[in-house]
Amino acid sequence: MNPFSSGTRLRDMIRAIRACKTAAEERAVVRKECAAIRAPINEDDQDYRHRNLAKLMFIQILGYPTHFGQMECLKLIASAGFPEKRIGYLGLMLLLDERQEVLMLVTNSLKQDLNHSNQYIVGLALCALGNICSAEMARDLSPEVERLLQFRDPNIRKKAALCSIRIIKKVPDLAENFINCAASLLKEKHHGVLITGVQLCADLCKVSSEALEYFRKKCTEGLVRTLRDIVNSPYSPEYDTSGITDPYLHIRLLKLLRILGQGDADASDRMTDILAQVATKTESNKNAGNAILYECVETIMSIEDDGGLRVLAINILGKFLSNRDNNIRYVALNMLMRATTLDAQAVQRHRATILDCVKDSDASIRKRALELLYLLVNENNVKPLIKELIEYLEVSDQEFKGDLTAKICSLVEKFSSEKIWYIDQMLKVLSEAGNFVKDEVWHALIFVISNASDLHGYTVRALYRAFLTSTEQETLVRVAVWCIGEYGDMLVNNVGMLDIEDPITVTECDAVDAVEVAIKRHTSDLTTKAMALIALLKLSSRFPSSSERIKGIIVQNKGNLVLELQQRSIEFNRILQKHQKIRSALVERMPVLDEATFSGRRAGSLPTAISTSSGAPSNLPNGIAKPATAPIPDLLDLSSDDVPAPSSSGGDFPQDLLGVDLSPTLAPSGAGKPPKASTDVLLDLLSIGTYLPVQTGSSAADILSSSQDDKALASLSSLSANATSPVNAAPMMDLLDGHGPGPQKPKENGQAYQSLVAYESSSLRVMFNFSKQPGSPQTTLIQATFTNLSSNVYNDFLFQAAVPKFLQLHLDPASSNTLPASGDGSITQNLKVTNSQHGKKLLVMRVRIAYKTNNKDVLEERQINNFPQNL
Amino acid sequence: MIHFVLLISRQGKVRLTKWYSPYSQKERTKVIRELSGLILTRGPKLCNFVEWRGLRVVYKRYASLYFCMCIDEDDNELEILEIIHHYVEVLDRYFGSVCELDLIYNFHKAYFILDELLIAGELQEPSKRTVTRLVAAQDSLVETAKEQTSSITNIIAQAAK
Repeated sequence: MNPFSSGTRLRDMIRAIRACKTAAEERAVVRKECAAIRAPINEDDQDYRHRNLAKLMFIQILGYPTHFGQMECLKLIASAGFPEKRIGYLGLMLLLDERQEVLMLVTNSLKQDLNHSNQYIVGLALCALGNICSAEMARDLSPEVERLLQFRDPNIRKKAALCSIRIIKKVPDLAENFINCAASLLKEKHHGVLITGVQLCADLCKVSSEALEYFRKKCTEGLVRTLRDIVNSPYSPEYDTSGITDPYLHIRLLKLLRILGQGDADASDRMTDILAQVATKTESNKNAGNAILYECVETIMSIEDDGGLRVLAINILGKFLSNRDNNIRYVALNMLMRATTLDAQAVQRHRATILDCVKDSDASIRKRALELLYLLVNENNVKPLIKELIEYLEVSDQEFKGDLTAKICSLVEKFSSEKIWYIDQMLKVLSEAGNFVKDEVWHALIFVISNASDLHGYTVRALYRAFLTSTEQETLVRVAVWCIGEYGDMLVNNVGMLDIEDPITVTECDAVDAVEVAIKRHTSDLTTKAMALIALLKLSSRFPSSSERIKGIIVQNKGNLVLELQQRSIEFNRILQKHQKIRSALVERMPVLDEATFSGRRAGSLPTAISTSSGAPSNLPNGIAKPATAPIPDLLDLSSDDVPAPSSSGGDFPQDLLGVDLSPTLAPSGAGKPPKASTDVLLDLLSIGTYLPVQTGSSAADILSSSQDDKALASLSSLSANATSPVNAAPMMDLLDGHGPGPQKPKENGQAYQSLVAYESSSLRVMFNFSKQPGSPQTTLIQATFTNLSSNVYNDFLFQAAVPKFLQLHLDPASSNTLPASGDGSITQNLKVTNSQHGKKLLVMRVRIAYKTNNKDVLEERQINNFPQNL
Repeated sequence: MIHFVLLISRQGKVRLTKWYSPYSQKERTKVIRELSGLILTRGPKLCNFVEWRGLRVVYKRYASLYFCMCIDEDDNELEILEIIHHYVEVLDRYFGSVCELDLIYNFHKAYFILDELLIAGELQEPSKRTVTRLVAAQDSLVETAKEQTSSITNIIAQAAK
C-alpha cells in the first residue's frame, strides 16, 4: 500500500485545518494534504479514492484549487458501488461546472446511470445532470430524462422534471418534447411531483409560445381546481408550514396562473374567483402566508382584469407597507413599483409612507423606496417631495448620499421648467452633497445659469453665500468660482436684485478672497484650481483695482508642481503684465452656451475646438479682440473636461485655450492636421486679411513675424509652446522669457530652420542652429551653442559627435574649452553634416559631452533624433 | 431560480457553497468575499434582503451561521426565506438539533440533503419527511455496501487461512 494514502481520515484532516491559528498554517496543512491526495491519484490507487475526494471537496469549499481531482470524480462515478457513485457525483457537482471540457467525459456514465436498475443511482445522475449539465449533454441525454418523467417512483419523476427545466433552459429547441409529459405531471397527487411539474410548465411557457398556448387552453381549468383544493385542504402535517398547507405549491400555482393569465382575458377570467379567495382568506400573520399573498398580488397585477381585484391587491400592499416587519415592507415597495404602471393614483396614496421608507435605517428598504418615490414624482408633487428629500440629504448616511443625490438631481433637472427653482434646489444639493454630484450634473447647472441671464446676479450672490458657509463641497466650489469669475461685477454691485433676496454687501476684495480660498484649499483638486485660476484672470479685468492683488495670487502658482497650473499661471501672468490691450476682450463674459452644442456634448460627440473658432472670427473685419472671445468656451472645457495629461503631444494646450490647433506647426512630426489648415486657422484668429502660402513645416515664426502685432503674437505663439517636451518647447520658452536667440527671425535668403535644443539637463544646455549653403541642400551647417546652467565652471569641455554611415560629419574646433557658470557665456562649435540620402533619411546624431567640474569628471551622452524634418 | 446557496459563518468562513449558475473559481471567491462583506455587517433588525449585481440575496441567520440564497429580481423573496427555513429544519431533523460543527464535519451530508431539496436551483420536495426518508435510505445503502465489503474481506481473509 502507498505510504501516503494511509494518511489522515477526513475527520482528522478537518480537525487539523480547524486547529490552524493563521492562514499560513492552514495553507501549509492544505498543501500537505493535497500532496498526499495527489500521490494515490497518480498511482491510480482505488482504496482511498472516495475518502480523498471527500477531503478535496472540503479543501475546495475553503477556496483552494482542486482541479487535479476532477478525473477522480469521473472514476468514482464509473465504479459500480452506490457509495462511490454518491461521493463521485457530489464531487462532480462541486469541483466542476458546465464550462469544463472534462464534463463531456461523464456523459456516458450518466447515460448508464439514468438507465440503472437502482432508483437511487438514477436519482444521483438526475441530480448531477440537473445541476451542472451543459448544452451538449442536455441534447444527448434529453431522451432519457423524458422517459424518466414517467418513471414509477414519484421521487424520480420530480427529479426528472427539474432536470428538464435545466435542459430546456440550455436548449430551448427541446421544449416541445416536454410539453405533453409536463401537462400530465399537473394531474399528479404527490406534492413533490406537482410542484416540480408546475415549475416545469412555467419554464416551458417562458421558452416556447407553443407551450404557453397549450397549457393556457388545456390546463388553466385544472390548475385553478388544484389551487382551490390546496387552499381548502384540511390540515396535513406532512406539508404544513405555520398553518398553511404547502405554501410552495400555492406560490408555484399562482406563478403559473400569472403566466397563463397575462395577455389573455379568457384565462384571466377563469382564475379571478380563486385569486380573490386566496387574497382574502390567506392568513397574513406568518411569513408563509405573506409569501402567498405577495405572489397572489403579483398575479392579480399581471393578469387582465377589471379593477375589482386590483383594489384588493393594492389594499394588501398598503397593509404590507404599514407592517412592522422590514421584510414585508421591502416586498411591498418592490411590488408597488410594479403597480405604478397600472394604477399610479393608488400608489400615490401611499406617498407619505414611502417617503418615510426613504428615511429608513435599512439600506435595502431605503434604496427600494427611493426608486419607487422617483417614479411617483410628477409636476404636482415635485416641489414638496424635493424639499423633503433635500432636507433628508442633510442627515442621511454617507453611503446613501450618492444614490440620493443622483435621484434628486435627475428629478430637479426633469422638472426644471422654473429656472429659479432649479437653481435654488441645485444650490442646496451642491451645498449639502456637492461631493456626490456627478460632473455632467454641475456642467448642466452652469449651462442653465449661463442661459438664465436675468438670474445671473441672483445666482452669483446665492452661490457666494453658500460658498461662505460650506467650502468642503467640491462641486459647489467649482460652480461658485465659475460664477464669480463670470459675474463677479454683478456680485459686487448687486445687479439684477430680485425681490426675494436680502441685499448683500460684497466688495471686490471679498470676491477675490473667495476665489483665493478656492485656489488655496488643500482639498481642491486640479479642476477646481484651474477654474479658480481662470476666474482670477476674469476678475482681474472685472475689478481693475484688484488687478495687482490678483496678479500676486496668480504668480504664487508659477512654481506649482502641477504642470497645468504652473503653465497656466505663467501665461495668465503674461497676459496681465504685457497684454492689457487684449485682456478685457480675452476674458469677456462667456457667451450664452448654445443648447445644441451643449446637448451634443452631453451626448458624447464633442465638437472640436476648431469648429467654434474658425467660423466666427473670419467674418469679423478686425480684431484680435473679437475673435478671441469665440474660443473662450474652450476655457470652460479646459477646466471642466479632464485636463490633458502632461505627456500628450504638442498642441493640447493651445487647442484648449484659443481653440486653435497649432500643433502641426510646432511639432512637425506629430500626426496632426495638415499644416495648411492650421495656418488658415491661425490667420483667421489673427484676422489678417491676406493668405500666406506657407510650406509644410515652415515655422510659426514665418507667419507671426509678418503680422502687425509682433509682441502679442509672439506671446500667443509662446502660449502654445508645450513645456512637456523641453526639447521642442525650449525656444518658445525662451521667447516667453524674453531672452534667447530669436531663431524665429526668418533669414533673408533661403529657408529658415527652427533651432533645436539638442540636449538639456539640469546642468547643461546644447542648442543647435541650422543653416544651409545655397546650392548644396544635402549639407547642413550646425552651430552648436553650449550653455552652463549650473553654478560651477566647467573645465576641459569636450564635445564629440557620431553619425551613421549615410552621414558625413565634420567638426570644427570649439571656441573655448572652459564654460563659465550660470549661463554667463557660452561655447560655440560648428559642425558640418552632409546627408548622402538627403530627402530620404533624416539627420540623426549621437553626442557625448565630457567636462570637469569641481575636479570631477562628468560624461553626458544623448542621441538626437528630433532634427527638423526639412533639413 | 436560485443561482447559488452559501453558508457563511459569522466570522466569514465558508461552510457550504452550491452553485446552480456557472461561476468560475475566481468569480466564486469574489462573490463570497463581496457578499460576506455586505451581509455580515447588517444589523439584526434589518430586512433579510440585499440587492447585489442586479440580483437579490436572501439571507437568514441561524445561530452563528448565515444561510444565503441568491435569486432573480422577480422571484419571491419571502418564499426563499421559507425554503431556507425548510432546509434548516431538515438538517435539524437529520442531525438532531444541528449545530455548525455538524455541518463542518459532515459537510457531505449537508450537501446530500440539499440535493434532495433543490435541483437546478428549484425546489424539489416540500415534505421534510420525504427528504429525510430519502437521505436515510441512501445512507443505509452505503452502510450495507460497506458491510458487504467488510464481510467479503473477512471471507477472503478466512479463505486465505
